[in-house]
Amino acid sequence: MKCTEFLRELSDYLDGKITEDLQAELDEHLHWCRECHVVVNTTKKTIEIYRDNQIYELPTPLRNRLHEAIMTKCRHSKETKKDI
Amino acid sequence: MATIQKRADEGVSDELTLVQQAKDGDLEAFSELVRRYDRNIFRIAQHITHNEEDAQDVVQDAFFKAYRNLEQFQGNSKFYTWLVRIAVNEALMKLRKRRNDRTVSIDEDVETDEGSMPREVADWSPNPEQLYGTSELGDILKKTIQGLPPGFRTVFVLRDIEGLSTEETAEMLGLSVPAVKSRLLRARLQLRERLAKYFKFKKDGDGQR
Repeated sequence: MKCTEFLRELSDYLDGKITEDLQAELDEHLHWCRECHVVVNTTKKTIEIYRDNQIYELPTPLRNRLHEAIMTKCRHSKETKKDI
Repeated sequence: MATIQKRADEGVSDELTLVQQAKDGDLEAFSELVRRYDRNIFRIAQHITHNEEDAQDVVQDAFFKAYRNLEQFQGNSKFYTWLVRIAVNEALMKLRKRRNDRTVSIDEDVETDEGSMPREVADWSPNPEQLYGTSELGDILKKTIQGLPPGFRTVFVLRDIEGLSTEETAEMLGLSVPAVKSRLLRARLQLRERLAKYFKFKKDGDGQR
């Protein structure tokens, strides 16, 4: 297996969505290919870092403000509908 | 991923009940749906628009649009999937506006070889996150993901950050499953390539960062 072939399967490999046969082939490639080994580990780490460090949290005061604004609009829309 | 997936799926059984109650005019039920998903929608909107003011608008507009169009929600998909689809469209509209209507599309396939063949194959430090303080790390992660084309980062956000399946992501974005897979692979590899310069293993006296 060539590195380019390995890379094509990288996402499915990381997501564990491959057949046993393909898994064995990929593991075999990883066994001797240091570069692909590093790519697998660092890509996995990339995903984990983004998943573990949420960079856009919604602060509670803003959350409450948005919630209030949404519900006011909905209430208004409901009343308008009723009037028609 | 299991935990993230669980959060998005949480309480699916009573979700349809809440939607039905909201359709019948129960505002409290709709309020509960807003509380359930507002954080996810805000995050997705921020990732797409890169602008907090726009993201706030997207949260308001997406939920209000969902409320007004509740009748059209048939329950064939999950409410969350339907809601995210609305929010992604709203966010893309905001992005187009900011970029003076330059075409910004999810289905545009960006011709790029970046990351498709890894150039950076040095290993990373064992605990790369610990090389930086929380806010510095946040800045690095923001700057890095913002550099991806919108179609790539949206797929990455939905699949890897929000923990949705490939099929759900395809449905939300109106893309084919192979298109989602191809974008996800390229997004992951490009992010990896760009993060490497911050996280790669530093030898003493290497002088690189």
